[in-house]
Amino acid sequence: MLTIRRDLVDALVAHARRDHPDEACGVIAGPDDGSDRPERFIPMLNAARSPTFYEFDSADLLRLYREMAANDEVPVVVYHSHTATEAYPSRTDVSYASEPFAHYVLVSTRDPREHELRSYRIVDGEITEEPIEVVESYRSADPGPGGAPEQ
Amino acid sequence: MAVTVSIPTILRTHTGGEKSVPAAGTTLSEVIDDLEANHGGLKQRLVKDGALHRFVNVYVNDEDVRFAGGLEAKVADGDNVTILPAVAGGSR
Repeated sequence: MLTIRRDLVDALVAHARRDHPDEACGVIAGPDDGSDRPERFIPMLNAARSPTFYEFDSADLLRLYREMAANDEVPVVVYHSHTATEAYPSRTDVSYASEPFAHYVLVSTRDPREHELRSYRIVDGEITEEPIEVVESYRSADPGPGGAPEQ
Repeated sequence: MAVTVSIPTILRTHTGGEKSVPAAGTTLSEVIDDLEANHGGLKQRLVKDGALHRFVNVYVNDEDVRFAGGLEAKVADGDNVTILPAVAGGSR
């Protein structure tokens, strides 16, 4: 299950719409504390500038990972768009997927009005789809240590 | 020549969970052989058919070794070698 704030989903979809028909890509980083909570939206340049391929620029990639290491962050979400096909990982997506703890989020922009947003774990070449829970804030979604939602 | 090698999450199974490990060598190729000697299985994740695997990026300090000689890239004492999986994919 991916639990994600609505403003982050909106930013992700807006990025995909903006770059359409090229694929858009990026990361949503979160604290490296096991909370699995996407917080910092980081749109990345698709160095391939292609409607069928995406790739983080290698210098951007190094900068991103150094920044996340300095902030004690991990890539909680790795996202990209498919602009003419469904939001399901391609063989290429699977062959490159190498963050075993990340949620791979795909958004399809093939329909100009309605996007399709889906999330997967991709580990050792195996795709597992998971539900997405969109929340207004993590506070209300998190029952907290006492187990009861805050009033 | 001693260098520090940063290991990405997916390869830490080979380093007992360590995020960075020391290694020795004067070229990237020698560093990878030294890594393999201490952390078996790493080399085949990095090198394929005598060249760096296309799924990984390797940097010496700030430079992507693809632009600095690939496996023959020079490394110097105290350099940082960073291994990162490429983030890429696509609908085809």
